[in-house]
Amino acid sequence: MNTLFYIAALVAVVATVLTLTRLNPVHALLYLIVSLLAVAVAFFTLGAPLVAAFEVIIYAGAIMVLFVFVVMLLNLGERAVEQERVWVRPGMFVGPGLLAAVLVGEVAVLLARGRMLAPPTGRIDPRAVGVSLFGPYLLGVELASFLLLGALVGAYHLGERRSARRTDDIGTHRARAASGSDLVRTGPGGASGAP
Amino acid sequence: MFALGLVGLLVRRNLLFILMSLEILLNAAGLAFVAAGARWGQADGQVMFLFILAVAAAEVAVGLALLLRLVHHHATLDADAASEMRG
Amino acid sequence: MYSYVWLLPGFPLLGSLLLILFGPRLHRRVVATIGVGSIAAATVVAGLVTWTFLTHPPAGGGVTVRLWTWMDVEGLRPGIAFYLDALSVLMTLVITFVSTLIHFYSVEYMAGDEGYSRFFAYMNLFVGSMLTLVLADNLLLLYLGWEGVGLCSYLLIGFWYSDPANGRAAQKAFIVTRVGDTAMALGLFLLFHRLGTLDIQALLQAAQQQWPAGSVYATAVGLLLLGGACGKSAQVPLQTWLPDAMAGPTPTSALIHAATMVTAGVYLIARTHTLYELAPAAQHAVAVVGLVTLLMAGCSALTQNDIKRVLAYSTISQIGYMMFALGVGAWAAALFHFMTHAFFKALLFLAAGIVITAMHHEQNIFHMGGLRRELPLAYWAFLIGGSALAGLPLVTAGFYSKGLILWQALASPRGGTGLWAGAVLGVLLTSLYTFRLIFLVFHGELRHRPTHRPGWVMGLPVAVLMVLSVVGGFVNLPPYLGNRPWLEEFLETVLPAPVEGHAPFSELGAEVVVSLAFLAGLGLAWWLFVRRRELATALATSGLGRWLHRWWYTDWGMDWLYDRLFVRPVTAFATGNRSDAVDLIYNGMAAVARAGWEGLSVTENGRLRWYAAAVLAGTILFVAIVALL
Repeated sequence: MNTLFYIAALVAVVATVLTLTRLNPVHALLYLIVSLLAVAVAFFTLGAPLVAAFEVIIYAGAIMVLFVFVVMLLNLGERAVEQERVWVRPGMFVGPGLLAAVLVGEVAVLLARGRMLAPPTGRIDPRAVGVSLFGPYLLGVELASFLLLGALVGAYHLGERRSARRTDDIGTHRARAASGSDLVRTGPGGASGAP
Repeated sequence: MFALGLVGLLVRRNLLFILMSLEILLNAAGLAFVAAGARWGQADGQVMFLFILAVAAAEVAVGLALLLRLVHHHATLDADAASEMRG
Repeated sequence: MYSYVWLLPGFPLLGSLLLILFGPRLHRRVVATIGVGSIAAATVVAGLVTWTFLTHPPAGGGVTVRLWTWMDVEGLRPGIAFYLDALSVLMTLVITFVSTLIHFYSVEYMAGDEGYSRFFAYMNLFVGSMLTLVLADNLLLLYLGWEGVGLCSYLLIGFWYSDPANGRAAQKAFIVTRVGDTAMALGLFLLFHRLGTLDIQALLQAAQQQWPAGSVYATAVGLLLLGGACGKSAQVPLQTWLPDAMAGPTPTSALIHAATMVTAGVYLIARTHTLYELAPAAQHAVAVVGLVTLLMAGCSALTQNDIKRVLAYSTISQIGYMMFALGVGAWAAALFHFMTHAFFKALLFLAAGIVITAMHHEQNIFHMGGLRRELPLAYWAFLIGGSALAGLPLVTAGFYSKGLILWQALASPRGGTGLWAGAVLGVLLTSLYTFRLIFLVFHGELRHRPTHRPGWVMGLPVAVLMVLSVVGGFVNLPPYLGNRPWLEEFLETVLPAPVEGHAPFSELGAEVVVSLAFLAGLGLAWWLFVRRRELATALATSGLGRWLHRWWYTDWGMDWLYDRLFVRPVTAFATGNRSDAVDLIYNGMAAVARAGWEGLSVTENGRLRWYAAAVLAGTILFVAIVALL
């Protein structure tokens, strides 16, 4: 079990590095998916099958797919790759790399001060997790659902095409403004700033 | 992995890559939680991971929407393009 | 009568105030009336006070008239108080009388000048300050008067301020006397510190009781006060300002720089005579300073070609005589010489003023000549004044006063033959340069015809002074000529009597030597400047002669010396400090703040990744602090 964990961890790290250094966004995304899958395997070896499943289904399955959709929507192509070539130069990794290394060092020091990690013990049942969720963490679950709702509405609003709103809603806009409703802002300007 | 995510965040200029780095960051945090939970033999670690997952999902949705907005506005994916600090 | 003493400085100060406030709006006649009238009133009061003093001499020699307490702090209680004794009465009388004559003269001399009221305002202020100085009963009030006369000197030297050279001369005078004033202030500090009072009479008594003979404090104070006197009275090494002070109007030169202000130093030393009695070293220093000055100035006077500068150096030299007298213990003699000097020097300056205006402000004596028929009044004035200055035997005031000094220098235990010989050489020099001046200006051929003749307003004071220069000496006759030392006896109520030591020859014998010196100088001047002018020119242009001439012309190079020693380093330092080290600190702080702002404003660029990096850095910092400390 242990060796499997380390192998998975290694794969994850390597895949992450590759993600960060690719020029083509689609390539980077694919490497990221690989990284996430590797992390899922790591979870499995740690005795958390539920989370491993969630990682694969939700994280790699839904979120990354969302990324892929957006990339395809943006229709990036060769021009983006060229731009990346200009933007990403090896020299640029020095500074942030240094900062990150310092942080890692600090964490390492902290860990070294603490007790050594014991090897993972057994697996934690999905049942235990479920009981915990409906028990002590019930409030958290509800709040999470609020968050998701908010994200949904926000994403919907933000994703609206400006031109579409203008053409179909001028009449109703004026009507709503005249009625004195304060849900609608009068005058030009949308939710995220007009040029 | 957290550190790698940070590096990615700071280095890449393309907004898409920045968002990807964010995902890496969250993932790394979640990994830490699960590992801790496994260490202590409690379910709390996994529960935390589930919450983080929810947050990540919400954030990705909104983030990508904003990204689309910015692209529409500036016609570029450059993160430095939105630095006018005006109005 | 004594309670009216405050009017003595009061009248001139009031006149000055009126003229300062209303002068420009008043008619010239009114200005003149106030200007001269205030001094004349003071003279009348002085006369009355003197009469009262002579007929009813106060017990103990002096009387104090206290007006009010000036300040009361930590044991220092100086008052605005006037002390009348023989010394101050004499000085007051001379000052007021000569001032009246000079003010009267100025009515015509300054008639065409647009600063008419300003002139009289300053002159009145000066007389008021001078009287405060001589009447003060404590050293602090004396210092007030001291500073006041310094101020008026500055104002009057730079009277025609539109010419920057005049301003510079005024600054030079003020700064050089300042050096002396600082020394004097230090002396005052020391006196107060050691003796606890600045009241002159109390101070002198305390010094006599507390300080032994030869005390180091007495010597220190004596030397410091000598420093102050050197500044004000233009003695070596602080004499460089007086020749340049001739840039002021001639009545100013007559009053301030001949008759009165420059004698303030002499007065100071005479007033604090007890301290010098206690410090023979300091007193000897006074004598040496006086002797050196009188010889140096005499040599310098020999080479000058500006009529007023000759008289300026002559003044320096004669005050050197007064200091010399004080230094050898001839206290009364010094004051006697002060009185006669006031008469004949004022006379000479006023006559010079007549010559200058007649010659349309030409002051170079080599451009003059043969004026004795054109300006007879000036000629006789110069003859009488010059003879008094040089000491023509028997009929001039200067003869008696100078003779007294020289005799007491020879006879006093603090004098000696060496000092006496030096002073006799000085007599020869004095005679030489005086008659050189007279012969060059009034004899020889007429070069320029004078166009302007003086009126009676200028003539009357000159005439009065001529009379005084002749009879002024008769108030003190030496033993071989009648033995009526009235002035000495009058002053002996205040000043210590000279001690008769052992002298190599009798008074008459010494006087003969002095008279011979006078005649030698006169003869030499006659021969060089009337008979054989070309010899004088040859002497002046010969190798050694030219070098000596140039050296003495520039006042023994002292101006050059001071320039190298003091002026250049200070100006170099000031130029180096152009960007002002102190300002740099404050500007530096501002610059640092600005640099900080400029540096930090870079971080406000709206770039996402910058901010993220900042967050990261902060995180690292906090983790480090929390975890590692």
